[in-house]
Formats: sequence, C-alpha cells, structure tokens
Amino acid sequence: MTERIVVVGGGTGGTVLANRLADDLRPELERGEVEVRMVTDNPDHVYKPTFLYVPFGKKQVHEATRPVSDLLDRRVTIQIDEVVGVDTDGKSLSLADGGAVGYDHLVLATGANLVPEEVPGLKEGGHHFYGPEGAERLRDALADFTEGHLVLSVIGVPHMCPAAPVEFVLMADAWFRERGLRDQVDITYTYPIQRAHGIQTIADWASEEFEKRDIGLETFFNAETVDPDEQVLETMEGTELDYDLLVAIPPHGGSDLVTEAGLGEDGWVDVDRNTLEATAAEDVYAIGDVADVPTSKAGSVAHYEAGTVADRIASRVRGQVPTATYDGKTVCFIESGMDEATFVEFAYGDTPVVREPSKPLHWAKLGYNESYWLTARGLL
Amino acid sequence: MSESTITADVTIDSRGATCPGPLMDLIGKVKKVDTGTVIELQTSDRGSTTDVPEWIEKAGHELLDSVEHDDYWSLYVETR
Repeated sequence: MTERIVVVGGGTGGTVLANRLADDLRPELERGEVEVRMVTDNPDHVYKPTFLYVPFGKKQVHEATRPVSDLLDRRVTIQIDEVVGVDTDGKSLSLADGGAVGYDHLVLATGANLVPEEVPGLKEGGHHFYGPEGAERLRDALADFTEGHLVLSVIGVPHMCPAAPVEFVLMADAWFRERGLRDQVDITYTYPIQRAHGIQTIADWASEEFEKRDIGLETFFNAETVDPDEQVLETMEGTELDYDLLVAIPPHGGSDLVTEAGLGEDGWVDVDRNTLEATAAEDVYAIGDVADVPTSKAGSVAHYEAGTVADRIASRVRGQVPTATYDGKTVCFIESGMDEATFVEFAYGDTPVVREPSKPLHWAKLGYNESYWLTARGLL
Repeated sequence: MSESTITADVTIDSRGATCPGPLMDLIGKVKKVDTGTVIELQTSDRGSTTDVPEWIEKAGHELLDSVEHDDYWSLYVETR
C-alpha cells in the first residue's frame, strides 16, 4: 500500500519540503511505495520579499511569482484545490471542490493571512507592501508623495518578515534623500512595545539609525482605529498621530482550518518547537508562518524547518527513528538604505549581532533574491 | 510560591515565550475583551514582569496583582 505524504500550501515551506522529500525518498517514490502530494489553492508560488522593493520602483510584482509546477520535482503530485477541513482522527482532508484526500503524514504550510479589517479604517486609510496589489498601490502613492508626514505603523505582531518595517523606513529615508525631497517629508515609525523591535539588538541598532536620519520613533503604540478622512491614527494607549501617508503592517492571522481542527489557537499550529510535530494530533507537522514557534515568521525559518520535517518524515517512511531537529535557525538580511544592508543570524535563545551595514551585503541580498528560486527547488 | 485570591475571567498561558511574546499576547487579548475583564497573564519570562506592568500603566489599565509561582509569574490585569 502506498504511503501518502500530503503537503498543504505551495509557499516557501511547502515547496522546499516537497522537493526535499522527492529527493530523500527517490527510490521509494520510483517503486510506488510513497506518494508526495502538494495541495495548494494557488497555482503560482509567490516570493514575498520582492514586494519590499516594488514601492520604490526597484522591482515589479511579476518578478515575485513563478508557477508552482515549474519549481516542483516531477515526482511530486500537484493538486490545485483549497483544503477546507482537516480531520486528524480520520486522517483526511476535505476539499473545496467536494472531494477528499487521505494522508499518512500531513504537513501544514498554509502561511499567514493579512486581516486589516481587525482595525477599523485601516483598509481604507492605510497602505501595505505585503502583497502585489498593496505594493503597487503604495508605489503609486509614494511616486506622488512630495511632502508631508509618512507614518509606518507596525500594528500586527507577529507579522511576516519582522525586519521589513525597519527596512522600509530606512529605504524610504534614502529614497527621498536621493530625490531631494527628504526636507519636505517627515518619517515616523511606530511599534507596539517599549522599543523599536521585538529583538533587543535590532531595536538598539534601529533606534540609533532612526536618530541619525531624523526618523521619528513612537513606542508603546498600538493603533486601535484609523480615521481615513481626518488621517489620524488612534491608539489603545490613548494617543493620536496625524499622517499624510500611512503604511501599516496589518494584523496577521493564521488559518481557520487550524482552529477548526483543534490544532491551535488563533489559527497558528501548536507544535513542538524542535520536531515541528503538532501537539494535538499524530503524524501532523507544521512549518513556516503557520507554525507557532518562538522565532520570526520569515522565509529562512520555513526553509530550515522544511529540511527538518523532510528528514523526519523520510526516516519514518523508512522505518528509522527520526533524529533531525530544528534549532530555531533564522537568517534575515536587513536593508539599511537603497544601497547598503546588514544581516542577522540566530537560533532559539540567541541574541543576534547586527553587523555594520555594507554595500556587499546589499548586493548579497539582491543576489540571494535571484537565487531564491534554487532554494524553492530544494537545491540551495 | 504564593497564591492570589483574584479570579480571572480569561487566562493567557504565555509560559515558554520570551519577550515580547507575553506582552503581545496580552495586548492582543485586551483588544478583544470588554472593559472590566480580569486577565491572568502567565509568563516564565522575567523581563516581562517589568515590561508588561509598564505597558499596563501606559495604556491605562490596572495591574491588580503579580504572583510568583515555582517557575512562572501570574500577572492579573483589569481592563479599563
């Protein structure tokens, strides 16, 4: 009987995992003993870090997508459909088209969703760069923005790519300077807790950079409502902030599937942080943004988690004891302007060091963005 | 170890999470509950025992009690 491995989601985690499994289990796949099936509702794979560059005219949204089928090993079965239910007792998924898919090993890699509607007025009054439409709309707004108050407000925490809000304001600062408009544009960055970032060393570095570049910093700032007509943000702390152009990091949510299946609260799968196995069900794993682990919701995390889960599932299929574990490894490049960048690397419990920004690191980030497609194929 | 006589309406288990996880868990919950709700925030992160009260004061809520258990703290907050 064929052992069925089902991966839900065609983002970074799901794609790397499916390709690693196809490689690790090549003999078993060729003998028909195993099937690796990806179920995704989007025929395109989306590389979201591209969207950070779109508002500044440095990349186009089409550069962020490629067909999933071009990236997956030919041994992986692709099913374009939406999973609408997970039955962990019956080991079965129900699909939007009415069908069902059984599994022996299930990996949820469904990502995170933007839920701007949680903050009244945000959808109407705020921009974002976390998707193609938002990034293009923001590009058009920035192109016309020659004076006034630009506010970057981090509203949703946790959110995808935790460095991106800091990068955005540092890039905006450099971009307006290049265009000779910085004197007419005030920039303010807001963050929900008492410092500029969740990670202390990044917060310290960002705060210094903000001060050097005359970027305002508001902390303990949790936007509760946005008034798009008056262009005012109101916070849970009782403060108000006027803006002319609002760029927000919207609240993020996990997947209803997860909550309904009893796999975790608020849509994030409760997992063992080292094995990535769901705590509430057997033979269920979660990787990427949907997994509730104490590190960033970043592509590098999904990538490294996928390697661990591929090893663990392949061991189980072969009847071996799985020994691979994920140690929280996270790598983030951080743009510090339009032509310099730094990066951080850390694991669970580590405090990352923020290195001196440099041009070569900026080039490395741009180079990695191009070679990402090799990562998705499981090669890098 | 000590106990509190306060009964919480809602309990948030943030044990195992490091800063700012517990504070963000509390902020997220405060957004969703009614005024007057008593929330127990459980945290094993020592830094959160100072960061969280700082935010509670800033946001105008009330810290009713802070109780140290064997390996975690319970912070009781009433929303205002």
